[in-house]
Amino acid sequence: MTQLCLLQGGIKPDEHKSLSNQTLIVQGKLPPFLILPLLQHIGAPTEPIVKVGDPVLKGQIIAHCKRKNCSLTISAPIHASSSGTVIAVEPRAVPHPSGLTALCIVIETDGQEKWIERRPLTHYSDLAPDVVRNHIANAGIVGLGGAGFPTHIKLTHNSYFIDTLIINGVECEPYITCNDRLMREHPDDIIAGAQILMHVLGGVKQCVIAVEDNKPEAYLALSEAAKESVEVLQVPTQYPIGDERQLIQVLTGKELGRNQLPASIGIVVHNVETIRAVYRAVLLGQPLLSRIVTVTGNGIEKPQNLEVLLGTPMHVVIDQCGRQDGIERLIMGGPMMGFALPNEDMPIIKTTNCLILSRADEPAPLQMPCIRCGACVQVCPINLLPQQLYWYAKAKDFKKARNYHIFDCIECGSCAYVCPSHIPLVRYYRYAKAEIRANLREHKKAEIAKQRYEFHTFRMKRDQAEKEARLEQLKAVPKVDKEAIIKAAVKRAKAKSLSWS
Amino acid sequence: MTEYLLIFISTVLVNNFVLVNFLGLCPFMSVSAKLETAMGMGLATTFVLTLSSISSYLVNEYLLIPYDLEFLRTIAFILVIAGVVQFTEMVVHKTSPLLYQILGVFLPLITTNCAVLGVALLNVQKKHGFIESAIYGFGAAIGFSLVLVLFAALRERVAVADVPEAFKGAPITFITAGIMSIAFMGFVGLVK
Amino acid sequence: MMIATVGVLGGLALLFGLLLGYAAVHFKVEGDPVVEQIDAILPQQQCGKCSYPGCRAYAKAIVNGEADINQCAPGGELDILTLANLLDRIPKPLDIKCGVEELHKLAVIDESTCIGCFLCIQACPVDAILGAPKQMHTVIAQECTGCERCITHCPVNSLSMISVPLTTSTWKWPYPVLLPIGQNSMEPVS
Repeated sequence: MTQLCLLQGGIKPDEHKSLSNQTLIVQGKLPPFLILPLLQHIGAPTEPIVKVGDPVLKGQIIAHCKRKNCSLTISAPIHASSSGTVIAVEPRAVPHPSGLTALCIVIETDGQEKWIERRPLTHYSDLAPDVVRNHIANAGIVGLGGAGFPTHIKLTHNSYFIDTLIINGVECEPYITCNDRLMREHPDDIIAGAQILMHVLGGVKQCVIAVEDNKPEAYLALSEAAKESVEVLQVPTQYPIGDERQLIQVLTGKELGRNQLPASIGIVVHNVETIRAVYRAVLLGQPLLSRIVTVTGNGIEKPQNLEVLLGTPMHVVIDQCGRQDGIERLIMGGPMMGFALPNEDMPIIKTTNCLILSRADEPAPLQMPCIRCGACVQVCPINLLPQQLYWYAKAKDFKKARNYHIFDCIECGSCAYVCPSHIPLVRYYRYAKAEIRANLREHKKAEIAKQRYEFHTFRMKRDQAEKEARLEQLKAVPKVDKEAIIKAAVKRAKAKSLSWS
Repeated sequence: MTEYLLIFISTVLVNNFVLVNFLGLCPFMSVSAKLETAMGMGLATTFVLTLSSISSYLVNEYLLIPYDLEFLRTIAFILVIAGVVQFTEMVVHKTSPLLYQILGVFLPLITTNCAVLGVALLNVQKKHGFIESAIYGFGAAIGFSLVLVLFAALRERVAVADVPEAFKGAPITFITAGIMSIAFMGFVGLVK
Repeated sequence: MMIATVGVLGGLALLFGLLLGYAAVHFKVEGDPVVEQIDAILPQQQCGKCSYPGCRAYAKAIVNGEADINQCAPGGELDILTLANLLDRIPKPLDIKCGVEELHKLAVIDESTCIGCFLCIQACPVDAILGAPKQMHTVIAQECTGCERCITHCPVNSLSMISVPLTTSTWKWPYPVLLPIGQNSMEPVS
């Protein structure tokens, strides 16, 4: 039904997926402590609604959006992943490339896993889409493919007409297999979730689930479970076909600019695990409390996929899989778009799709100067000029970098992968983008400061002018004749003394 | 008609004033660091060259020759060019104060640009008529602007590249200009 | 011959003089837009570290050629590069005499020692200090630009500058440096 177009650029790195996709998904162990950061998504951080000492039940909302209304800001609530007591609301190390701390709620689990009262919407098709959408919002569901955009925002498109729902089961990045195993083991949940979303989007007629052709078992499982109006398609294995805009381009041939929403051409894209979370929220009444994490790499004894409770410290998960000696690095995410973490005490959050632990096997290749070979230009999926962006980011010429569309870069890492000089190109682009954004922020502040300064100067002048005007006025008042007043007073006194005597 | 086209192509490409005749090198080297500046300078020089080419011809034809004052040619041409450049300066100051600020002293230095005086004198030497003088001047200016803009684009890329320390700045600029000049030699024989 | 020479040259000069005179009136420029453009780049802290009374005065000095483009410490290296790009000059490192580039700072009043003398409020160029004579003074953190002009005016030293700590939303990726040999090859490609 859908014609496939070729993806321009892109690379085919070694997959290493067979390390972790041979075994069933295992349940993660219940940790003694759960650390839940207040910001696990793109958008505004949530505000805690519990305090230290409060008992919490599994599935209870512990941090909510502004004024408990999920549509006011781009945000999604945080739930307690297990029952227990809140022991702290304090800054803790969070999985962020900076290694800085952020505010977290720390829960000590009691091991009982007592649920809050679950209220599924079993007959969702009879309810208005807004009701179901609100339910999804309150379940704290965000994009579980790694981006973390609150799902309910992608379902509120009053101004656009949506006709296609694309479900992203592509998982193009090497090492990551969580979506693969999910599609193999729970295809019915995914199809059910797709149907829920089709209802919420106002009766979408067409739904496509895209799977890469290196996952034949997943494709078969989904094809068998698929009902009418849900189509399962295989796309060629290539990185980064899993990016939202690249996937849309391959499936429909339409290119989207950086500032264009897929909704503007009638398409909404969601990850398979997000769809499964929607199914759980609507039909089982379970908010987002856990996610599947691939734990892999040559530093792990038994690489596998685990369903981990959100807030579980990473060392608990790694210990469950067995660690080998000589682990040098812990990467959150995949080898292309992930980032290194300084320690294992950070919690698993909604956007943690994979942990790669590696031993120090070979020294890193030495970084050499750019030889202007142009290999990076050939593989860029967005048709940018990575070489020019590199030169200008290196020279800190951010105006030129913007002219060459640096903000269209999706930081996929294809250019860095093929560079024969092993230049870490994406670091330069991230640096340049961060500097440009910071510069824009500073510029806005400078504008406000300038206005305040101008008003301050104006106010000083005005106060000075008023003071001078007042002095002038005082001078203009006719001089008081003191003599006459004294004489009149003496006269009055004499008249009084005369009247008394 | 083809005669005018030939004059135009020969002044822009074959006998390019900067890279083949080596005139007007001063603004070529100093103003070509940034593309926008180079384009502004090119426009200003085009304006000056065309106007002064025409005015010089008129002055020569209707004032100097009838009154037997050919010996005053150089002075008269310089007077004309200086006046035109001053006028251009005012126009640039009004239309783009930033360009005026950036060009700084190089705007009035167009007066001493040997290409401008060269065009005026060559027009007399080649015994060009009115239209031919105009096209010759315009073509020279277009050639100058073309080379200036190309060179500016090259210099912008060279500025962010890994140039060895000893070559940074003027040395690599001159080497680039030399290579460009060799490239433009390829146009020899284009126009018979 | 002489008359013809003088006549021709004089006539030409007169003609051009008239033309230029007309042009001077017709093409008159009001104000100085370049100063505006430079002022728009500067960080507007009005701190005076560049040795000029305010950002606009520094912008004017740059246009007049009295000041170099590397005297603004709060603007830092990036503003020097932007100015160099705008004015087509060669960028230079920040002049050490004018300060060092550092993280954003905020002024803070120690409320236990503040005497409400009003001197710091008068000194603040952006009116970021709230208070009245004999009332407690406090700095509005959102509006404070970190220019440090208030510090010297406080007679009881209750004003101090604190560094604003980085958060995950204000942290910036650092400038990449060459990878040392021997680091693990499993480091993410990017």
